[in-house]
Amino acid sequence: MLILECPYCGVHAEETELHGGGEAHLKRFGPGSSDDDFHDYLFMRENPRGVHLERWRHVNGCGKWFHAARCTQTLEVFATYSAQTTEPPQEVKDKISAKRPGWSWREFKG
Amino acid sequence: MKRYSAFAVAREGLRYHTGWERAWRSPEPKRHYDVIIVGAGGHGLATAYYLGKNFGITNVAVIEKGWLGGGNTGRNTTIIRSNYLQDPSAAIYEKARSLYEGLSQDFNYNVMFSPRGVIMLAQTEHEVRGYKRTAHANALQGVTTEWIEPARVKELVPIINLEGPRYPVLGGLWQARGGTARHDAVAWGYARACSAMGMDIIQKCEVTNVRTEAGRVVGVDTTKGAIDCDKIGMVVAGNCSVLSQMAGFRLPVESVALQALVSEPIKPCMDVVVMANTVHGYMSQSDKGEMVIGGGTDGFNNYTQRGSFHHIEETVRALVETFPMVSRLKMLRQWGGIVDVTGDRSPLISKTPVEGCFVNAGWGTGGFKAIPGSGWAMAELMATGHSNLAEEFSMMRFKEGKFIDESVAAGVAH
Repeated sequence: MLILECPYCGVHAEETELHGGGEAHLKRFGPGSSDDDFHDYLFMRENPRGVHLERWRHVNGCGKWFHAARCTQTLEVFATYSAQTTEPPQEVKDKISAKRPGWSWREFKG
Repeated sequence: MKRYSAFAVAREGLRYHTGWERAWRSPEPKRHYDVIIVGAGGHGLATAYYLGKNFGITNVAVIEKGWLGGGNTGRNTTIIRSNYLQDPSAAIYEKARSLYEGLSQDFNYNVMFSPRGVIMLAQTEHEVRGYKRTAHANALQGVTTEWIEPARVKELVPIINLEGPRYPVLGGLWQARGGTARHDAVAWGYARACSAMGMDIIQKCEVTNVRTEAGRVVGVDTTKGAIDCDKIGMVVAGNCSVLSQMAGFRLPVESVALQALVSEPIKPCMDVVVMANTVHGYMSQSDKGEMVIGGGTDGFNNYTQRGSFHHIEETVRALVETFPMVSRLKMLRQWGGIVDVTGDRSPLISKTPVEGCFVNAGWGTGGFKAIPGSGWAMAELMATGHSNLAEEFSMMRFKEGKFIDESVAAGVAH
């Protein structure tokens, strides 16, 4: 069972309290963007076997969105962090690097 | 390859069963093959089989990192049906279902296809309208299904509770020639037939890199060394993103866990397959007497082949309402598999940006039923560069907006 700590209310919530929101830090492409960018934004989700950055919502709790850094191969959780950021903070990157040296995810690296 | 027959059973019975041979060879990889199929599950082996049978291409290797049929082929709930709304889906699933009818005879291996009938229960007004529409669509597509009223559902499934507290049974979509087959036997039968045609099935051999030159695939690196090839077919379900990345392109899929469970064996009580999509529960009774139960997917990316307990709980809770006797059953075991889900919940049978590299993926939660049709279409695509059955399932459909939207049609992952 997946347990994530909500960075807002501090509750260690198990997954029935949470709702997964998919890939984190999406760059949105809309009208005026190229077909390729729009296509990738809509359909090409990151699907790594290993380190993954995701959005989650503490739906049956404080109701707020947040981010989580997680391993899809072991279900290990590295960190959760605020939704108000467009990239993982350095301390989150450091926490991932401590467990998965040399990791990379999209444009982000340890 | 010695044929299996009643005579063979009698012959071996008279000599202490010493004459049975291995169903397939386990060779070391050669340096070069015309075609490499990555993934020795049902879809991969079926692709290899129809490459040989329909197109005479037999210099083929099927590479598997684990053991043959040990992925989703050995983990599903074995349901076979073709009652889909969209034309391209109905075409390929009906092709598969009709091939299942003759599969045991085709490769002299009993896949135990049991066309016992499949009911998809309508438990909301939305589903009633949806399934009536599907029944009409199926009539136009040449797929035999019919809308049945609750009384007929009760007749077919005496253990059902029509007056459920939350989700009463309002009718169902009935496909009389749908059913089940023995999932392992499907993989084993294809493997045996492939091996007999001279193809190499190489197990415990993981692909670590896909080699390309000037945008064309030239071979793979594996844990058993480098192997060259002219064409490669990637048929690896949940791991297709990882493999496609090795070849330098991306796929519009996400991998999630899907779980199933079986009960203790009990006496025969239900001789059809029942699917309840509103509440995410599927149930059939195996030949051993176990109730085989499937549920919904977990809500997050996962490669661990194990799912969350609360999903099982939800599935069983829903089934208890519809089948009160389930509450008295002990569950024997539960397992998970990693399924690759696309945006429109329809598969990819497609060319890729890399020349000579083909992909068959994205079957999501319903790939077993499609195995023969999928292999048929994939083999045609790989051999000739075009397949009518596969055409609509190109990975380019997302860019073109030509979705095959079964997620809307089914109202659920299927």
